[in-house]
Amino acid sequence: MSTRLATGGRLVDRGAQIEFSFNGKRLQGFLGDTLASALLANGQMLVGRSFKYHRPRGIVASGPEEPNALVNLGEAGRFEPNQRATTTELFAGLSARSQNHWPSLEFDIGALNSYAARVLPAGFYYKTFIHPRPFWKHVFEPIIRHSAGLGAAPKDRDADRYEHFYVHVDVLIVGGGVAGLQAALKAGAEGKRVLLVEQTSAWGGRAPVDGGDIDGTTAKEWINTALQALGNMPNVALRTRCMGAGVYDHGYVLAYEHVADHTPQTDAPRHRLWRIRAGHVVTATGAIERPLSFAGNDVPGVMLAAAMRDYVVNFGVSPGDRTVVVTNNDDAYRTAIILHQAGLSVPCIVDARPQADGELAMQAKALGIRVATGAGIATVRGGKRVTGVALCRQAGEGATTEEIACDAVAMSGGWSPVVHLWSHCGGKLVWDDARACFRPDPDRPPRGADGEAFVSVTGAANGDFALAEILPDARVEEPSEAPLLPVWMMPQGAGVAKRAKMWLDFQNDVKVSDVQLAAREGYESVEHTKRYTTLGMATDQGKLSNINGLAVLSHALNAPIPQVGTTTFRPPYTPISMGAIAGEARGDIFQPIRRTPIHDWHEENGAAFEPVGQWRRPYCFPRGQESHAEAVAREITATRTSLGLLDASTLGKILVRGPDAGRFMDMLYTNMMSSLKPGRCRYGLMCNENGFLMDDGVVARLDEDTFLVHTTTGGADHIHAHMEDWLQCEWWDWQVFTANVTEQWAQVAVVGPNARKVLEKLGGDLDLSAAALPFMGWAEGRIGDFRARVFRISFSGELSFEVAVPASRGRAFWKALHEAGAEFGATAYGTEALHVMRAEKGFIMIGDETDGTVIPQDLGLDWAISGKKEDYLGKRAHARAHMTDPARWKLVGLQTLDGSVLPDGSYALAQGRNANGQRNTQGRVTSTYLSPTLGRGIAMGLVLNGPERMGEVLSFNTVGEATVEARIVSPVFYDPEGEKQNV
Amino acid sequence: MLILTCPNCGLAADETELSPGGEAHLKRFGPGSEDADFEGYLFHRANPKGVHFERWRHAYGCGKWFLAARDTATLEVFGTYPAQTTEPPAEIITRIRARHPDWSPT
Repeated sequence: MSTRLATGGRLVDRGAQIEFSFNGKRLQGFLGDTLASALLANGQMLVGRSFKYHRPRGIVASGPEEPNALVNLGEAGRFEPNQRATTTELFAGLSARSQNHWPSLEFDIGALNSYAARVLPAGFYYKTFIHPRPFWKHVFEPIIRHSAGLGAAPKDRDADRYEHFYVHVDVLIVGGGVAGLQAALKAGAEGKRVLLVEQTSAWGGRAPVDGGDIDGTTAKEWINTALQALGNMPNVALRTRCMGAGVYDHGYVLAYEHVADHTPQTDAPRHRLWRIRAGHVVTATGAIERPLSFAGNDVPGVMLAAAMRDYVVNFGVSPGDRTVVVTNNDDAYRTAIILHQAGLSVPCIVDARPQADGELAMQAKALGIRVATGAGIATVRGGKRVTGVALCRQAGEGATTEEIACDAVAMSGGWSPVVHLWSHCGGKLVWDDARACFRPDPDRPPRGADGEAFVSVTGAANGDFALAEILPDARVEEPSEAPLLPVWMMPQGAGVAKRAKMWLDFQNDVKVSDVQLAAREGYESVEHTKRYTTLGMATDQGKLSNINGLAVLSHALNAPIPQVGTTTFRPPYTPISMGAIAGEARGDIFQPIRRTPIHDWHEENGAAFEPVGQWRRPYCFPRGQESHAEAVAREITATRTSLGLLDASTLGKILVRGPDAGRFMDMLYTNMMSSLKPGRCRYGLMCNENGFLMDDGVVARLDEDTFLVHTTTGGADHIHAHMEDWLQCEWWDWQVFTANVTEQWAQVAVVGPNARKVLEKLGGDLDLSAAALPFMGWAEGRIGDFRARVFRISFSGELSFEVAVPASRGRAFWKALHEAGAEFGATAYGTEALHVMRAEKGFIMIGDETDGTVIPQDLGLDWAISGKKEDYLGKRAHARAHMTDPARWKLVGLQTLDGSVLPDGSYALAQGRNANGQRNTQGRVTSTYLSPTLGRGIAMGLVLNGPERMGEVLSFNTVGEATVEARIVSPVFYDPEGEKQNV
Repeated sequence: MLILTCPNCGLAADETELSPGGEAHLKRFGPGSEDADFEGYLFHRANPKGVHFERWRHAYGCGKWFLAARDTATLEVFGTYPAQTTEPPAEIITRIRARHPDWSPT
């Protein structure tokens, strides 16, 4: 049993008892506990089930490397799965539930998988679920989906808030152990702006537990002194609970701070994402202890040796009464000594090395602890808890030499430097034979903009495990350590039955036998082996398993470890919350919303909005109980019979001005724009260099040097950028300026047979008669009190004036139009009515009739392509063989035989099937609406050789089996002669 | 996230302020050009692991396009310069050669 010791625990406050719950059971812990230490204090070693075989699993580690102790944490809006118990600080009322079991943690049906382990080898999914084909969908996938996944997905909206910090520093130091503190002291003394971040709530790293004296004081004292000195430096900032998550290009670093995870009652943000630009980054991220691969190394009660002494020293918790220590190095002897000093029993230290005569070994022996050298663990006894170990010779095949009863095993296979942050942005590693670890290669660092290294490494993260190496200038007293012996399998000659019980990746259930099988099946690349076996692909990203797995692979391939190499280290170091990434960008401020000057009126008058780019435009204005369809029909009828008003302010408006403006316009548009007379408007098409139609709109020539380009609502910004690109990068000697004036003007389309009457009623100094201001003309002057530009253009087919007034006057002008138009039943209409009316007229819409692969010729717009111009953007592309192919899908109108509305996105079916067994097609629907004007469905579509096939009837598919018949007709359904707009 | 200095306004700008525009120093082929030339202009782009010339726009700043010479493998920036040129300035070539003596423009 694990339990709370009577004394000790440097991080817990024994005076502050707090209550929490695990699987509904009410338990007690102390302030300063982690969830893991509190669970251990309550005798709860078993904390979860493994992912694949559902084997019982206990706490293995004491930090972020923990693979097993993942819990569903919190309730409702604060529920979060896969939280590591070892890094979760205890607070009053914490509620946690274990994962991966059904019906209960103690009794789990899925554990049957464990008995089937022989038939669940590496690559099992790839091998097994291929045949018979239909089984995947109906049998395999539902079963796998039921049993897969770690924790449960949250169902409620996140109740917490999150924020981002933006920081610039000269030096960022990640890791608040002795090495990190020393680096901060040095940089701070040099007067640099320093930020030092530490992922846990306590400073000092391993030193307070592992001991050693520095300059005549204890490590603990040295740490306190250092913190005091740093606190007195105004140029140094310190943060605990703040993890260096990722290092990116040019000194960009993300850090992740747990602000209020341990105090959920406060109104502080839960997490904070630090977005740091650092001149230099020092990683002092320490090292992670490696497990040893022996049979049964996953039985609850088997822990990392250093973690075990952490629980004793930091939390006053004993993981077990009788602990066997198994090691290949001197460091694990510290655990034996600490356990012994805490009054616990250490029946044996099992050391794989032939000799154990280092200072620590001698200390242990002096305490009377038995040391068995050249020995290993043959197997661990026990199911849900260790009951004993069988010893064997490390050199042999695992014949049991001795049984020892115990309830815990402390294992140490040596240490791996945490090289993640060094590696994120391209830093390379070298294999250090003597220390049996990968360490940063100082010759191949991550480089900054100046080509110099911007990351350096210090301390255990650099493979310098001893205090004396970290503090070369200090007088350090600590036991010297004898070299370790790399041990990648215990015993070295273990047979297949044992290898199938040696866990490498505890979370994803990958064993030594799986990696060896992958090698036998031909996997040589470590990256492929990782994906095939899923080694290191769990939420812990292989912090415990990668090096061990890599060593097993290299042995199986008979290649040296550095030749096999590591997998890629990618940020974040440990998972960070989605909330922290989103920061404050949620709800109303997820993204900026653009509002027209008339937006408030729309809101006040019940508009149903739709997003158009970053704008919100009214889709329609339903009245009372009206459905959207009914509102749209009413708006169209009102517009076609009397007077409709549309807020067209979002329309893109770009000024193009200068002596070369005409020449530039001729390059931008497929048609001739330089010949446009001041006072006149012309519809034009813009293509990209690929020849594809990218935007359309009406151009007005304001004067000899100035054109006003109208773009689509969504196109204004990128068309302006497109113009600037060509002007700045290709025709930089042309004298042209552009300005995007979209938001300077409010624009209202005044549409319908009574449009002229309402404007004339408002008065002013403009002659709006057909003779003075004909179709496709524009004029500037006053309408009522409003300074205005009036464009006689029509996107509805009705008599139409688009009136632009200064943005500040938009709302007042809109109101004046409604007041003057009341006698004509002036009706505000939205984007859907606009769409239907343009479709009734056969006008194309960018994004409906075009999709980035459509050229103007496909849309019957050859009339808008100048044959006279030598060049325009897209002209060369229009001459490419595929573009001039006569057999292209071209625009036609489509009219269903039964008057119904064709389904959007429906395809015109052709004879036969393609190579994939799908029906061949010969066209598709691009726009389809119910026309209230005509009382039936109308559609436009692109059909193979469509314009030559007028009158032909095609079949269109629907979501079900049925088809719909539609006749190819002219796309102009309403007023084909254009008599209504030209009055 | 890269930092590039906009040669127009002199600001060292974070990548989030910039928008990328692909390979620099392309020669436009228009009407009358050969299919192969046009294809190359439109579609063929260098993707070197090493020295590369790129177009960037200071989109959330002054709005100007500029060109950057950098090493795509080490992320070293050899320099940025205005877009109104058909070839990189001599001092940037010198800086590239200092780091990559064997480098030559293709």
